[in-house]
Amino acid sequence: MKKKHFEGRHLVEYFMKTIMRISLVFVAGALGLILWTIISRGIPSLTWDMITQVPKGGYYMGKEGGILNAIIGSAYLATGGTLLAILLSLPIALYLKAYIGDSKWGEYVRLSLDVLWGIPSIVYGAFGFALMIAFGVRASLLAGIIVLALVELPIMTRAMDEVIRRMPADLEHAALALGSTKFEVALRVVTRQMLPGIVTAILLAFGRGIGDAASVLFTAGYTDRIPTSLMRPTASLPLAVFFQLGSPYPEVRERGYAAALILTIIVLAVSFGARWLSGRLNRYTVK
Amino acid sequence: MSETNQSLNIQAEGRFTRPSAAPRTRQDKLAQHTFFIITLFPVFLILIVTIALFLRAWPILSEYHFSELLLGEVWKPNSGEFGFRPFILGTAWVTIVGLLLAVPPCLLVSIYLAEYAHARTRSLAKPILDLLAAIPPVVYGVWGLLAIVPFVDDILAPLADRWLGSVSIFSVTQPTGFGILAGGIVLAVMIAPLIVSVSFEVFSTVPNDLRHASLAVGATQWQTIRNVVLPQVTPGILAAIVLGASRAFGETIAVLMVVGNVPNIPTSVFDTAYPLPALIANNYGEMMSIPLYDAALLGAALVLLIVILIFNILSTLVLQRMLRRKSA
Repeated sequence: MKKKHFEGRHLVEYFMKTIMRISLVFVAGALGLILWTIISRGIPSLTWDMITQVPKGGYYMGKEGGILNAIIGSAYLATGGTLLAILLSLPIALYLKAYIGDSKWGEYVRLSLDVLWGIPSIVYGAFGFALMIAFGVRASLLAGIIVLALVELPIMTRAMDEVIRRMPADLEHAALALGSTKFEVALRVVTRQMLPGIVTAILLAFGRGIGDAASVLFTAGYTDRIPTSLMRPTASLPLAVFFQLGSPYPEVRERGYAAALILTIIVLAVSFGARWLSGRLNRYTVK
Repeated sequence: MSETNQSLNIQAEGRFTRPSAAPRTRQDKLAQHTFFIITLFPVFLILIVTIALFLRAWPILSEYHFSELLLGEVWKPNSGEFGFRPFILGTAWVTIVGLLLAVPPCLLVSIYLAEYAHARTRSLAKPILDLLAAIPPVVYGVWGLLAIVPFVDDILAPLADRWLGSVSIFSVTQPTGFGILAGGIVLAVMIAPLIVSVSFEVFSTVPNDLRHASLAVGATQWQTIRNVVLPQVTPGILAAIVLGASRAFGETIAVLMVVGNVPNIPTSVFDTAYPLPALIANNYGEMMSIPLYDAALLGAALVLLIVILIFNILSTLVLQRMLRRKSA
């Protein structure tokens, strides 16, 4: 009798489970392949000069120099963009939690943030460019920072909102019952309790910002110097990779691979850092 | 401080007044108004971006008929011909190939993670997806250039030539590896984390009772998924796919690096293409020197934006409704 229980449907079950596992291995394998390609091709031309020097004369023909200009430029751009984005996204996320909750207006705000998230960075770049023409501004660090802040804003706010939303309502009620105003709840309860999530959201957005090329292409320009003022153009890592890969000189292309490796390391470090930090900070919250 | 003292003094004189909450309430109201004004920003930003691009694109929209721009096949900015058709078709081809490659494995992975996998597998899969999502587009481009383009050139193209040469969408005419297929493969990997995580979220909206009821009457797990879970989540899955499509549609740098950038009308997956975002990114440098060129490129950005807005608003509305059902 027992044998009869094995029917075609069990075979289907087994088959589906197998191809699902294969798909999962496929996706994981893609990540492995990407990392392996970037690391194995990047390491040979990764030298100390790459990260400590700015391009010297003839750098783009394979002579000496490095991409310190792009590393510093990207750090400025992403840090500036992230700080600017925090100024907007923290209030929005707190407002959504402490003041309006799941109301209609809250839904509109979330909807528009999700839609903004979907807008590709090339469109933000084109928008920034349109504004720059209108105001007569040249490509500069400031323009790049503003456009990156726009790119990062929806990512950061939605990530914050997702964690803040999950805060136990009891904490909020307890504070309100003691006579706190909503603002005090937002500032002293929500922000502290949800600090790990907020930090993760900020780092997530920073990682996205530092790797974004299409938005800064129009707005930040490119230069071999490290920017000394907000109104100067600045280089950035993604564009350093992009431009060097387009070079006819093999040495320069090799350095492009190394630049891609540097960018990947930074982004992965930020990503792991976010995970580690949120784990550490989580110890101090009310469970 | 002085407020408190004052109120205490008054109490000491025997008259009853509550300690004044005025400054704190005022601070609260002020914060509420400020926060409210800040939340207006994202809502209006969508409008502002659309209007700004529309205004910059107006010179060309007023000069040419809309269908002339969208359907025109010739792109010669120097002689005033702005036909977007090759670029629109290029974008469509790359997006569709990317989706076709990404959707089946991504759905299987999300079903596996949502329905079958151990908590341990899940906690291993999450960082993998996070890392895939964190890798910058330009790095995907480098990977495409170093790994996918040679792979298409050395392995896929000869295979297709040998076995599928008679099928026109697989015919190989420009054997370089650069082209729609390479772009599609890179895009498929780029949009995978998005599709997997959104559809995973959607699967978790189905109440467990339904699964248990089906399993209890003897259905296998796959039967339960097919007949009970999937019908519940179809709109959400479609929304996840549309989100993936719109991400693919606007992807610029990674695609630009592997797709060949030749403005032809593609007929095969091995053909080169020139998607809209690549057009914008490649030509921003010279666009101020040719009349109407900047209007044409910002018009291209406008077309991109409008298609993506439609895709995004529809899918987000569907998802918001589904996820609300879960919390209710």
